[in-house]
Amino acid sequence: MNWTRKDLLGLEELSKVEIELILATAESFKEVSSREIKKVPALRGKTVVNLFYEPSTRTRVSFEVAAKRLSADVINIAAQESSVRKGETLVDTGKNIEALKADIIVVRHGASGAPALLARHVGLNVVNAGDGWHEHPTQALLDIFTLKEKLGRVEGLKVVIVGDIAHSRVARSNIWGLSKLGAKVCVCAPGMLIPPAIEEMGASISSDIDEALKGADAVNVLRMQFERDEEAAFPEKLEYFKNFGITKERLLRAKKDIIVMHPGPINRGIEISSEVADGANSVILEQVTNGIAVRMAVLFLVAQARDEKQPHTD
Amino acid sequence: MKNSRILIKNGRVIDPAANKDEISDILIDGGKIISVARDIKNGCRQVLDAAGKIVLPGLVDMHVHLRQPGREDKETIASGTAAALKGGVTSVLAMPNTLPAIDSLKNVSLLQGIIKKDAQANVFICGAISLGRQGKELVDLARMRKAGVLAFSDDGSSVDDAELLLKAFKKAREYKALIICHCEDKILSAGGVVNLGFTSTRLGLRGISRESEYKRIERDIALSVRAKAALHIAHVSCRESVEIIALAKKKGADLTCETAPHYFCLTEEAVLGYDTNMKINPPLRSKDDVLAIKQGLGDGTIDAIASDHAGHTENEKDIEFERAEFGTTGLETELAAAATELVHTGILDWRQLAAKMSLNPSRILGINKGALIVGRDADIVIVDPDKEWVVRKEDFISGSKNSAFTGRKFKGVVEYTICNGKIAYKTETG
Amino acid sequence: MEKAKILDKEAVARSLTRIAHEIVEKNKGVDNLCLVGIRNRGVYLAQRLAVDIKRIENKDVPVGILDITLYRDDLTMISAQPVVHKTEIDFDIEGKVVVLVDDVLYTGRTIRAALDAMIDFGRPKSIQLAVLVDRGHRELPIRADYAGKNIPTAQNETVEVRLEEADDKDEVVIIEKHP
Repeated sequence: MNWTRKDLLGLEELSKVEIELILATAESFKEVSSREIKKVPALRGKTVVNLFYEPSTRTRVSFEVAAKRLSADVINIAAQESSVRKGETLVDTGKNIEALKADIIVVRHGASGAPALLARHVGLNVVNAGDGWHEHPTQALLDIFTLKEKLGRVEGLKVVIVGDIAHSRVARSNIWGLSKLGAKVCVCAPGMLIPPAIEEMGASISSDIDEALKGADAVNVLRMQFERDEEAAFPEKLEYFKNFGITKERLLRAKKDIIVMHPGPINRGIEISSEVADGANSVILEQVTNGIAVRMAVLFLVAQARDEKQPHTD
Repeated sequence: MKNSRILIKNGRVIDPAANKDEISDILIDGGKIISVARDIKNGCRQVLDAAGKIVLPGLVDMHVHLRQPGREDKETIASGTAAALKGGVTSVLAMPNTLPAIDSLKNVSLLQGIIKKDAQANVFICGAISLGRQGKELVDLARMRKAGVLAFSDDGSSVDDAELLLKAFKKAREYKALIICHCEDKILSAGGVVNLGFTSTRLGLRGISRESEYKRIERDIALSVRAKAALHIAHVSCRESVEIIALAKKKGADLTCETAPHYFCLTEEAVLGYDTNMKINPPLRSKDDVLAIKQGLGDGTIDAIASDHAGHTENEKDIEFERAEFGTTGLETELAAAATELVHTGILDWRQLAAKMSLNPSRILGINKGALIVGRDADIVIVDPDKEWVVRKEDFISGSKNSAFTGRKFKGVVEYTICNGKIAYKTETG
Repeated sequence: MEKAKILDKEAVARSLTRIAHEIVEKNKGVDNLCLVGIRNRGVYLAQRLAVDIKRIENKDVPVGILDITLYRDDLTMISAQPVVHKTEIDFDIEGKVVVLVDDVLYTGRTIRAALDAMIDFGRPKSIQLAVLVDRGHRELPIRADYAGKNIPTAQNETVEVRLEEADDKDEVVIIEKHP
């Protein structure tokens, strides 16, 4: 199949086939990172701009490494230090980046829908690196990639996502992606952290983590952001760990080889115990490695979609 | 042969006041309707052939933001009334959330001065309930009423202080003014930007609950009943609101309400993709709510259709969804939208539509409009009911182009708008 | 439109056996040798050559798989979007004689990309090129060390190599493109 999308804004809009193409492409790219010379010339001469309006180290670095392994040039713009503070709009910033003749914008923004706004106004490829509570497609893709690599399939798996579902773009992208590929997703959190009508996205709901973990093939543990104090409805930290924290004792009652994922950075002792984070079930560091392959695949695919198609010889 | 005379020939004349729907001629002179009859002898220079067309009383839109004074970058009295005429609207009620707000005699006369100078259609004034629309202190309702203000509203916000609103109702009753309530409990709407539910979850945006609307409607009805004053509820958007209003009316409350075309044409799904032209308050709701709004219009629970025309600049709309302003324009599309969604679908007939969009708002406001009767102001709109057209951004003449209907196909187009006896708008192709 | 059959099953087999002999002869044995097939059909040809070499020398020659998609100079121009496949070279090419294997040698651009890729994998002693068909029209200074058959062709023709592993039969045909 052909990849035709100029942008990657979310997994909601992707078909099963498109998601599978990204995963298959990522598989090929994973080999590149294992070479002595971890670089291929596929995006040589292209410029990737990481436009980050929210502080993020891991996602930004992952995209940067991915772009560099494809031989692209990378420019990092952290919103704090750019003209954003002087009141420049997102669209104007995007048009300025376009005028620099960059090719791909990787955007992280606190406002849901900001990448879509940017994509409407610039001809560049726009890759969503997380927008508000909306989506974080490359994170979900690397989660799914890791699952598939570990368990050999996605279809039919039972995956539990535990944490602040209401305010999580990682959860939303995972629910879309996993359910499109035929996995059963269960979201688990205190009631006030479950957004309305989430079951219409294809997830079941649980407020009992022990119940949810029964028969689960994997659990994706979300970072609890207690700094979100304005939301008021947050549970107390220790209370949360007691009721929802992923601990060794809890895992004893789950499948022996259950896979434990976390998008990072982890809060040890809040949503996950150190024993589990560093234990045999954890694939947290493998997720980081796979993130590069997945982002290489995404950058490679969107970069090609924009280019005009001409007849091919040889 | 008199030059000021206009004869409308052979149109299907719809007059909800006289409960009439028949082919007839209308003769206009000196700004008034002087005859409505069959085969009026052709005694004037200007004859409009209305065969096959619908002839309605000029629309009365009781919820329009003309933005002047203060936000002329969005809309002015001149641009807003020109847009009104293009949409078949000959009278508007200008909402008071201007800069400054219309909260004093001084500001009323400032606005009246601009209207006198610039208005191309009839502009009636709605004053603020509280000073600066801050919800703290009541305006001088009595003197503003005497100066010609018809209604009072803090539209854009709800009056949170029940005591203050009760006082306003009592004053309004005493001075025969209408209180119009924008019903929204800000604590319950919680900084939301779209309908609370699957849409807000899907888009990762804060949701506006239905409770924020209908709980406040319940409170405001109770207050108006206690004060024995008339209450008009603005922009009803959800099922519960319709049901609560229907029940209160049954119990005899002096209560009227309006909805806007976007609440019966569009569902919350229009927001998917983060189109900020679909960011409206109250928000676009579910399919079921649209159904309830249509039923409410059909069974008479909802008295009027008003546009809630709210222009915004591109700078305020073409930005991140959560930061964009609320509102859509509507003057230029409301008649076509209503014809398409309500008349052509059989929910209302033309007579009922003319009632919702002209006669009822006139009665609610206590103005002498909305009828095609001899002696009345010659405010008339001629509509080609079957002509289809597509709403295009570049065709708007309003000061702002933020329409939720851009790209939509409508059936029914305004051919002529006659305002105070003069042809004030004529379609280019018509 | 299929214009002519250049090689049939037996001819393909004979060509490969001859190339295998030439490789052994030129390199005076196969001790330091490896084969790298270029996706897709070059891979099957490399595997067949390894079998032939084993028959001649009774020695196993490592076979690698190279996907050159990421090294193409025409990534942005090709009509059918390339699907990126894995490269599988699980032996060290440092100091080795690498024989690249492909089905058809035409403009030379694929081989240019393959050379770039190989050099990213290490520093071989030398790189040689084996192709089943050389059809001419080179755009780069590249030549084959071993060619099964030289076929003069016109620009409006293409040479199609069909192999059992992918196409259910072994043959090489010339196809005339519609103008």
